[in-house]
Parts: sequence; structure tokens; C-alpha cells
Amino acid sequence: MSLKYLLGRLAVMVPVFFLVVTLVFFMIRFAPGGPFSSEKSVSPAILKNLEAKYHMDEPLSRQYLHYLKDLLHGDLGPSFKHANRTVNEIIAEALPVSLELGLLSLTWALMIGICAGGLAALKPNTSWDYIPMSFAILGICLPTFVVGPVLVLVFGVWLQWLPVAGWESWQDRVLPSLTLGFAYAAYISRLTRGGLMEIRMQDFIRTARAKGLSESDILLKHSLRGGLLPVISYLGPALAGIITGALVTETIFNIPGLGRFFIESAVNRDYTVVMGTSLLYFTLIFVCNFLVDIFYALLDPRVKYV
Amino acid sequence: MSEIMAQSQSIVNEEGQSLWADAWFRLKKNHLAVLGLCFLVFEMMLFFGVPLISTVGYEAQNLELTLAAPSFQHWLGTDTLGRDLFQRLLYGGRISLTVGILASLVSAIVGVIYGSVAGFLGGKIDGFLMRVVDVLYALPFIFLVIILMVYFGRNLILLFVALGLTQWLTMARIVRGQVLSLRHKEFIEAAKSLGIRQRKIVLRHLIPNTLGAVIVYLTLTVPSVILEEAFLSYLGLGVQAPMASWGTLIKEGVDVMDQAPWLLFFPALCLSTTLFSLNFLGDGLRDALDPKGAKD
Amino acid sequence: MRRSTLLSCLAFSLGISKLLFATPQVLNIGNGSEPKDLDPHTVTGVPESQIIQNLFEGLVSKDPQTLKPVGGVAESWKVSKDGRTYIFKIRKNAKWSNGDPVTSQDFIFSWKRLLDPQTASEYAYQGYYIRGGRDFNLGKVKDSSQLGLKAPSPETLEVVLENPTPYFLSLLYHHSLYPVHQTTVQKHQMRWTRPENIVSNGPFTLQKWEMNKVISLQKSPHHWDAPQVKLEGVNYYPIEKPETEEKLFQVKKLHVTGTVPTEKIAYWTKDNSGVFRRHPYLGTYFYWMNVTRPPINNKLVRKALALAIDREKLVKFVVKGGQAPAEFFTPPGIGDFHPKALLPKDGSRIAEAKKLLEQAGFPQGKGLPSIEILYNTSDAHKKIAEAIQQMWKENLGVQATLYNQEWKVFLDTQHSHNYMVSRAGWIADYNDPNTFLDMLTTGNGNNHAAWSNTSYDELIAKAAKEKSPQKRNQLFQKAEEILLEELPVLPLYIYTRIYLLSTDVQGWYENVEDVHPLKYVSLK
Repeated sequence: MSLKYLLGRLAVMVPVFFLVVTLVFFMIRFAPGGPFSSEKSVSPAILKNLEAKYHMDEPLSRQYLHYLKDLLHGDLGPSFKHANRTVNEIIAEALPVSLELGLLSLTWALMIGICAGGLAALKPNTSWDYIPMSFAILGICLPTFVVGPVLVLVFGVWLQWLPVAGWESWQDRVLPSLTLGFAYAAYISRLTRGGLMEIRMQDFIRTARAKGLSESDILLKHSLRGGLLPVISYLGPALAGIITGALVTETIFNIPGLGRFFIESAVNRDYTVVMGTSLLYFTLIFVCNFLVDIFYALLDPRVKYV
Repeated sequence: MSEIMAQSQSIVNEEGQSLWADAWFRLKKNHLAVLGLCFLVFEMMLFFGVPLISTVGYEAQNLELTLAAPSFQHWLGTDTLGRDLFQRLLYGGRISLTVGILASLVSAIVGVIYGSVAGFLGGKIDGFLMRVVDVLYALPFIFLVIILMVYFGRNLILLFVALGLTQWLTMARIVRGQVLSLRHKEFIEAAKSLGIRQRKIVLRHLIPNTLGAVIVYLTLTVPSVILEEAFLSYLGLGVQAPMASWGTLIKEGVDVMDQAPWLLFFPALCLSTTLFSLNFLGDGLRDALDPKGAKD
Repeated sequence: MRRSTLLSCLAFSLGISKLLFATPQVLNIGNGSEPKDLDPHTVTGVPESQIIQNLFEGLVSKDPQTLKPVGGVAESWKVSKDGRTYIFKIRKNAKWSNGDPVTSQDFIFSWKRLLDPQTASEYAYQGYYIRGGRDFNLGKVKDSSQLGLKAPSPETLEVVLENPTPYFLSLLYHHSLYPVHQTTVQKHQMRWTRPENIVSNGPFTLQKWEMNKVISLQKSPHHWDAPQVKLEGVNYYPIEKPETEEKLFQVKKLHVTGTVPTEKIAYWTKDNSGVFRRHPYLGTYFYWMNVTRPPINNKLVRKALALAIDREKLVKFVVKGGQAPAEFFTPPGIGDFHPKALLPKDGSRIAEAKKLLEQAGFPQGKGLPSIEILYNTSDAHKKIAEAIQQMWKENLGVQATLYNQEWKVFLDTQHSHNYMVSRAGWIADYNDPNTFLDMLTTGNGNNHAAWSNTSYDELIAKAAKEKSPQKRNQLFQKAEEILLEELPVLPLYIYTRIYLLSTDVQGWYENVEDVHPLKYVSLK
């Protein structure tokens, strides 16, 4: 992989980023309802003033240029719903929380997922395979909105070992990150097992086996590299998702993270926050997928981007 | 004969053979896979057959018998409006299983083709196709669905489109990752040097070799599609009340889990057993379709 | 390295919990969703108003037991004979949190700000009672000196009203008529409500505002009634999930919850530790009937549908919160008005409904198109709609289809009258029947039934000018009768407030308006 490739890839981000800005900007305005539609009817005069306050009375193209101009200065605009905050402030407050929760969960997920998947692939069709894989299936079938409340009930209310909600002390981190990590661990372990099983049948592994290397040596030295490709592919979007998509976990445990803004801003038609969060998500996706592509090349020398 | 020659030889020879008959034969030997298949068929028969002969409807309420425990009259208990959970699970299964399998298949087909083309052609085209995927990831899903509903109304086809829309993206990335690592392997190079057309190389040699990962991810997609349907019903797309799907049943079950745990347990059990069967079937299918396994 | 951070984390968290236990007079409240803002003139939601009521103070306050107006910033007031002029005497020791005195000018500035079209306040109509308020807000009059507001001295405020409004004093407790600090608002503009900027005049001041986490208030030393205030601080936690709130209450992290999960009400009713609170509330849950849509445009069909609903059963088995079945539209007890029940309860109503449907030309529901019920996505609304669908089917043979929409789409559909039957709820803005009945007058922006009735409009207009409370209530009763005959609305039940309150909390009184001034509250 050449430096030229890396730089080229980063350069591509600029036009793609503006494509996303444009697409999202116009798309969200087509949805019925606006930031000011409310249950109590608002007189047309007041509505006009509200719109003027946020430059929404101008033609859409003007608003778009206005937004672009602010964006170039790194200003994502004021939030419609959270009236005394800007989108920059909202992200600055909530992103660190989400990053912490996301990375903790991902650590759980990778630890549990790869161990369980590796174990299963090492001794396929034994109880070393069946038990972790059954858990994985449960993890996939029981979404966070089931796992979270169950964990809270058991460890928070019955046993009272851990706090039921909040985001202050380290104890507060345990249940949410486990809840969120569990779902991802399930996926990762399935993909790990699948990938490893696949690679085990390939010729170079058979050669290694014929040479008398032990199964665990083969697993560690040879199979993990190629076998993890599907996991790595999955991790790109998953990493972005785990940081930004923790809505359910955040509401169950009342965590002031970013995930809830994704749904909340859409539901409120808080256009500027929708834009801000979408652009952030895109940046994360782009960076994560970029890292994934680098990892491909590191793990498997045959992968070339020419 | 060198290994490369042997493989390219087999590529040429296999052309006339029936891959499918061969795979079916091998699948039948895998007991777990057969068990999984039988269970799925049994489930389908149950979902579509029983409601035809049963006298209680899934929507019939008995407000004086809400949250009743499983009994002879109501095998799996009743929900918050006193409706029979067994009936609701059967009807919900129709929707959830159909939606889950069809939407996953659609997302798999789109994702596999897209991903393998990107991976195989590589370079600028790959870059372009993958950036399109990045952009699609970033579009706010809620708005996408709301706008689609404004223009196309609330219909079943839109439900599949909306569900497939997000799922194929990750599938495409996984397949492309696999293809990137495969495309410089000897047997593909050999196929190229033999002058086999690109389309054929992708369809005949690359895609079959990615099937392992595809099937694993596909079996993961089914439950997430089933659960995501519950989210779409939040937006008004998906099954309409009083009809239920497994996703909505599980969701409702969580709210009452400390008084009526069976309302969470049975729907979750249904989903899990279905997923177990799908996994066994998936693993079996992968082994059966694996071009490398065939040489054993 | 890692161990030491872990230890410091532990020490830190212990420190916090110690701090919490060391200051017992701190009330922790579950407060629903994250407030939009804390500007009394622009917010509309309940979580916001809960906080603002303790952060700011209006001219009059409310006694939480009797709901009668008591002195707030004003220590006394006089009303002219015609009921249109109010003269308030402002306390000398009423102060802002920065020590400035609260003056009559502050109120004039604040009420002009509320009515100023530039403020774009959604609650501006609360200022329409002031003479000239409507015209100024709608931009017909530009000169704000035309408003019926005068400040003969810093301690005297003279207010002239458009009509004699018997409930005007009760309105003054509403946050839209609270004062704001002129220089602060003008200096910081949109950001004046942030903790570092805000100046308020209530018993508490804003200390901390962490988004989606906590809003902390602290006792204000400058408040005129500070010696009476026993709480040192209040923490409002924005918790959207009732289940989360309930669990935090169980582990004693909260003293008060915002609500109780519907499915847990049965459990808490049986609990006899005295924490479960339930009392009537001034709100009605109802369905809009779009009177322009066939077959709902037929009055007989509407009546048959209304009669075929067993409200007792609905409340007992579906809603479950001990709510009252609504046989009228206005919640009873609002401004001493008790509407007479107009929908019969006994079994005869089903026979009656069947007869009406037959008269309308749809015997046993034959030939009647499916009735579409629209609701905004929520499990509670879904269950109610499902139960009603079943009742119509069983009692009348009428088919109904349900469909749900996401909130803003739902509002859009409702505003454009693009529905047949639609779920709605209304909560009193002030303690008077007018807040409900005015909504159905012709052309009112909230009249989503597209219904218009001249004799109804006349009754409401007459009531607005009537001084005698008895006569007003008679007029409202007549209006109720028209409503329940014409049925542009299909009332279902009267709300109750349900929440959990720790037995440590003292000075907290249940009332229909659900106002709990925290200056009277203390912890055991």
C-alpha cells in the first residue's frame, strides 16, 4: 500500500463529504413536519417570526449556501430544540461520553467475541463450539432493549451490586457497556468462527497441519490473519455504529451520550442537529472503513489497492 | 501436475457438472442441517396452517383475562389486552419469518453482487463503489423511510425495500473484503490467464468462494431484520395493529417481564429456535456449497 | 497505572456519594425529557415549566393546598368594579438573584417581550387578556405603549384587561407571565438562560445544567421569602424511560418520579408503603372526529360510535391508572365547573347506538366503510385504539382499521385534516373551562375536527364577557351539551397524575393542577 493511495483516499473524502452535506440537507426538508410544528397550533404570524429567527424563511438554496459557509468555518449552527446550545456544543458534550461507552463496549465485544469464536473454531462440533455459539445466538435474538432491563433488574434492583442508571462513577460503566457489548460480541463470535472455519480448509493450513504444527499454533499463526477478514469488514461500520447508535442503551441507563440525538433530532426535525450528527457519523464511517482497508492489507499481503 | 494446473483443470472440467445436485447430496448427509431445515418447514406449516383451523383469532380480546399465565385454554398465556399469545405468535411468525428471510435474501443478493464487482475490479471503480456505500450509510435512515412513505404509502414492498436498504451495505463490504483477498490467488489468476470472461470469473469462481462468510452474515441478518421491523412499525411502516410481529411482541414483553415473563420468554424462544435452525442450515449449506470441500 | 486510575475513580465516586449524603436537604426529581430551554416566554413543555416555576416567580403564587392565589412578587392587589383593571403592589424586598430589586418595569418589559412578534412566543396568547395584547402580537399595532400596562411607581403595576377575566389571577401563575431580567436578556440574547448568565427571581437559582444528565438548582439567598425555603438544592434528572425512573426510585436515588410505567401501576397500587400517588388532573384524552369525512360527517354515525365505547371497561382494563371515564369533554372541577354526564353508562346505550346506526342507513354496520383511527406511535395509544376497535366490532359490527404515524408526521396529518378519527389529548393551560371549550370555536387553530357551530361560538363569546361565575358555568354547560350532541370530539377519559413520592418528602400536596411549589417542600 503506497502513501499515494493513503493520501488519495483522504483527498477523496472532501468531495464525498460535500456530497453527503448536500444530500442530507435537501433530503431532510422533504419529510413532513418541521422544527416548529407542535401540538398546539401556532399562529401564522408567530410561525413566520420563528422561521425568520433561524433564516428558514429564505429560499432553500440560500439556506444551503448559508449552511455551507458556516460549515467551512466549523460552525454547525444553533440547535432548534435545545435553544441555548449550538450543535458544536452538543457534540462536544455528548461525544466523549459516547466514545467512552463505545470503546468499552467494543473491548468487551472483541474480547468475548474473538475468544468464543476462536474456541468454537478450534474444536468444532464439540461443546466448546456449541455452548459459546448458543450464547451468540441468544445475544443476537435478545436485543439491547431486552438485555439492558434484565441486567438492571438482576444486578441493580435485586442484588444491588451495581447502579441501575447514571453516568458518574466507574460502576455506572459496567452494565451499559456489557449490554451494548453483548450484542456486538455475538456477531463477532459468529463471524470469527465462520471465518476461521473457512480458512482451516484452505491449502496452506493443510500444509501446515501436514507439517505437524499443533492446531492452536495454526490458529494463532496462520488462520487468525485471514480468518478475521469478515470480522474486520464488519468492524468498520460496527465501530461507527457502536459509538453513535447506542440510543437504546443510553435511554435505559440514562447516559448523556450522542446516540439519542440521532433519533431525537430526527423526531423533532431539529435540522441542524440532524445535519451535525449525520456528518459526524459519515466521518466516523469513512475513517473506520479507511482503517479497515489498511488492516486488510496488513493482515493479508495479497490485498492490493491498485 | 502442479497445483495451479490441477485447479485450473478442475475449473474447466466442472463446467458441465451440476453443482446444485452435488451440494444437495452433501447437505442431506449433514444431520444438523437437515434438522434445521425440517424445523423451519414445520414452523412454516404451523404458521400458515393452524390459523386456518383455529377458532380463536389473534385479535380477539378478553379484557377480563389480561396477563393470564399459560393454561389449558391459553397455551402460552395472554397479553395485556387478554389476547391469546399462541395465536399472536403464529400470525406474527408469518410476517416475521417471511420478512426476515426475504429481506435478508434481497440484501444478500444485492450486497454480494455489488461487493464482488467492487472487489474484483478494484482500483478506481472499487474506490467509487465503496464511497457510494459510505454515503448511503450516512443518510439518516428515519428520514429516508418517512420520505419513502410519503411518496409510496404504507405497503409491503416498501417494507422490504426499507429493511433491505441498510442491510446490504455491510454485506457488500464483507464480500468485497473477501474478494480483495481472493482475487490475486492462483486459481483466479489462472482463470484469467486462460481467458475466461470476467463475468464468469466473478459468478463461477469468486462468489462461490465468498459463500462461507456470506451465509454466516446472512443468518445474522435474519434476526436483525426481524427486530428492525419493530422499529419501522414505530414509523408507521410494517405490520399494523392489532396484528403483531415477533419484534413487537418481544418489545411488549419487556415492559411486563416482571409480572408476566412468559410474554417475553415465548417470543424470544421462537426467535432463538428459528435462528438456531437457520444457523445449522446455514453451516450445512456452506459446507455443501464450498468449492474447496468438494475436493475432499 | 491502571490500578491507580481505578482507585482514584473509586475515591472520586465515594466522594460524590458522601457529598450527596452529607447534604440532606437536596430533592432529586425525575423530570421526563430534557428541557428545551428555561426561558419562561418561549418554552411550552411540562418538564420546562416544572423547573421554571421554582426558578422564577410571578406576581401571584399559588397555595398548593387550596390552589387559591397568594402573594408572589406582588404582596397585594386591587380589582376595579368592572373587573377589568388590576393594581398590583410589588414587594419592596422582591429581588433578582443578582440583588437587583424586582420592579413594575420588569413586568412591563417582560410582558411586552412575551407579546413582541419578534420573540415568536407560542404562548403569546396568554398575554391576549391584556388590552391591546392581541393586536400588538399580530403586528397590527406597532406601538407597545398602546398596551394596557402602566407603572406609576416601581412598586405599582396597573394592568387593564380586554374583558373581565375571572381567572386572570390564576393565569399569573403560568410561566409565560413571569418576569425576566432585562439587562441579562438583552446582553446574552439566546444564551441568557445558561447557568453562567441567568438571573432569576424565584426561590432557587440555576447552578448547573448538564445536558441529558442533570439540572441543579440552589436556594437563592436574595429571594424575599428565603427564610421559608427549607431545601438547599434541587436536582432535576431528565429521564425519558419510566422504567429507569422507577428503578432509580427503588434504589432511593430519586424522591419523586414523573410517572409510573403503565404495566407497573397494578403492582404499585398494592404497595402499602405510601409512596404511590394518584390524583385527578385537568386533562382529557379524546378522539377528534373529522366532520368533513364520510361516513364520520354523519352525526348519527358519530353518536353511535361514541355510545358503543364502554369507557368504564376501557379505563379499568386498558388504561389502568384509575382514570375517570369521560362522559363529557371538560374535566370536572376545573374552575369550579362540573359538567353533567351526557353519555349514558348503562346497557341501554348499546341498543341506542345500534338504533342510531340503523337510522343512519347502516344496519349492523352493513355498508359502512371501515373507520380509520390514526394515532401517534406509542404502546398506550395503540392499546386504547385496539380496544376501541374491538368494542365497535362487537357492539355495532363496525370495522375499524388502525394506523400510526411518527409524531411530526402525525401533527402534519392532523393539521391538514387528512384523517377520519384521530387520537388527541388536551391539558389545561389555566384553571378554567375556557381552556378546553374555546378550542372548538370556529377557526380556532386547534380545532382539528374542522367543526363549526354558530350557536356554540356565541356561547363561548358570551362566557368570555360574563362576570358572574354561576352564569358562566351555565353557558359552559350549554356548550358541553352541544358538543356531546354533535360530537366533533369523542371524549374517552379524564387524566390522572400517577407518580411515586418518597415518604421523606414533606409539604408536597396533591392538586388537580399538579403544582408543587418547592419553597414549601422539605425532607425528613
